[in-house]
Amino acid sequence: MSAFRVVEAGDSALVVEFEERIDPAVNARVVALADRLRVEPVAGVRDVVPAFRSVAVYFDPLRTSYETLVARLERDAAAPDLPARSQRDVLRVPVCYGDEFGPDLADVARFAGTTESAVVDLHTGSTYFVFMLGFAPGMAYLGIVDRQIAAPRRGTPRVRVPRGSVGIAGEQTGIYPVETPGGWQIIGRTPLRPFDLARADPFLMKAGDLVTFFAIDRLQFDRLERTTQRAAG
Amino acid sequence: MAAVHVVKPGLLTTVQDRGRWGFQALGVSVAGPMDPVSQRIANAMAGNPPDAATLEITLAGPELVFDDERQVAISGAQFEIALDQRQFLSGGAFVVGPGATLRFGRRVRGTRAYLAVAGGFDTPPVLSSRATHLPSMLGGLGGRALVAGDRLPCGPPPPRPASTAFVQPTAIPDAVPDGRATLRVLPGPQSDRFSDDALEALQSAPYHVTPSSNRMGFRLNGPALMHTRGADIISDPTPLGVLQVPASGQPILLMADRQTSGGYPKVATVITADIAVAGQLGPGDTIAFAVCSRAEALAALIGQERRLMAMEAALR
Repeated sequence: MSAFRVVEAGDSALVVEFEERIDPAVNARVVALADRLRVEPVAGVRDVVPAFRSVAVYFDPLRTSYETLVARLERDAAAPDLPARSQRDVLRVPVCYGDEFGPDLADVARFAGTTESAVVDLHTGSTYFVFMLGFAPGMAYLGIVDRQIAAPRRGTPRVRVPRGSVGIAGEQTGIYPVETPGGWQIIGRTPLRPFDLARADPFLMKAGDLVTFFAIDRLQFDRLERTTQRAAG
Repeated sequence: MAAVHVVKPGLLTTVQDRGRWGFQALGVSVAGPMDPVSQRIANAMAGNPPDAATLEITLAGPELVFDDERQVAISGAQFEIALDQRQFLSGGAFVVGPGATLRFGRRVRGTRAYLAVAGGFDTPPVLSSRATHLPSMLGGLGGRALVAGDRLPCGPPPPRPASTAFVQPTAIPDAVPDGRATLRVLPGPQSDRFSDDALEALQSAPYHVTPSSNRMGFRLNGPALMHTRGADIISDPTPLGVLQVPASGQPILLMADRQTSGGYPKVATVITADIAVAGQLGPGDTIAFAVCSRAEALAALIGQERRLMAMEAALR
């Protein structure tokens, strides 16, 4: 059982904090607690939001018993038998690396002291854990990136990062779900859409999922992109 | 379907319902009204349920033309209103005739007004909500602020017959502030990452709302708050009304369009009962912060809810 504490965040939110580190084992407890609060909801709770090492519970103070909620959070966070997340398939994400889709691949190779293709090998060589979503709808924070290619954010963020861009920010990697300003090192682009309202489930990834990347060429990218567009209508 | 036509959009006019709750785990922001109390009053005066979609009008209001006869209510920031040839101050309900033109004129006080039509605005819901979230372009009309030429579909009016007389709310539950406000806060969630005197510093002098403030948050300028363990934390969720403090020591008050998470320590959180007052502030206004107890926060919220329910009952 890992240590935790329940802290107040105003009169309408409680945050359960687990150990202060980015670690799949800590995050698994976060995801399990959030799942349990969703499966057995507490009256008056409006939203349950898991992050790297904490879960925020937003509630209506007029419709929630504060004492009951605190007791429930303390019980569930301490439970040694938190239900294991049913094992999901590993999501395989095709990425066209480098060139116009990956303008920072050369910089990441320089940071790593290696070649662009070695960076691709290292990026595709790990299975990543979805720690949390944030920043924009469907934006998943994946880790942990191999230290050698864990390049820090760009000094000056880009004004416009296209949808589907795959980036690195230190030991995190992720896919920009919408076109947005952003500071991650962009190494490639995927034709998959992390957020697509036209799909039955608009969200490609959820906290606790597993993800790998594999390299495709430009022709394969264009073909997959056309399929995605047709699917989106 | 009957509609409201946008002749002039105003400075920043968006469709807002109570917000897109339940999707923050997937990175989807809540959005919704900056001043939820005024939005609820507008809906009550229009004969709507509290979750109907309204317009949120910022600093300079729109010019609108109505298709059909309909009860309309305006609350929140006070404006001079011209309804065809008639002129009056906003803060009440009235009936517009088919083809009527409603113009917002000079702003008298406050920052954001709420306009409700009987039946609500019937824009397509996205993830169970009509709230406009500008940064991710979700909800409302194409996820953006209104522009000239827009057509806002209206839902069927509620069965309650619309009064043809002016309706004034029996009592405005919480007065709209005029350029300055006191906001009560509770310490946390990370007040332990600040120097011992940070909460005293927060209350020692007023903070100014700077021009780089919007629906996501207010960048404030006032006494600096000192971190003890750096200005970076492992990203965690960001509640409505929280004061996050980047390395500069100048707090940012997170409001309706805030992101779902953030990586700066958070020193204190504005109590729910005072969010509506905060939502009426804009650039140039000043805020005095006052630390209170959880019991006081809850008592204030219960009092506000009682006044709102009494007003809703009087309008029924």
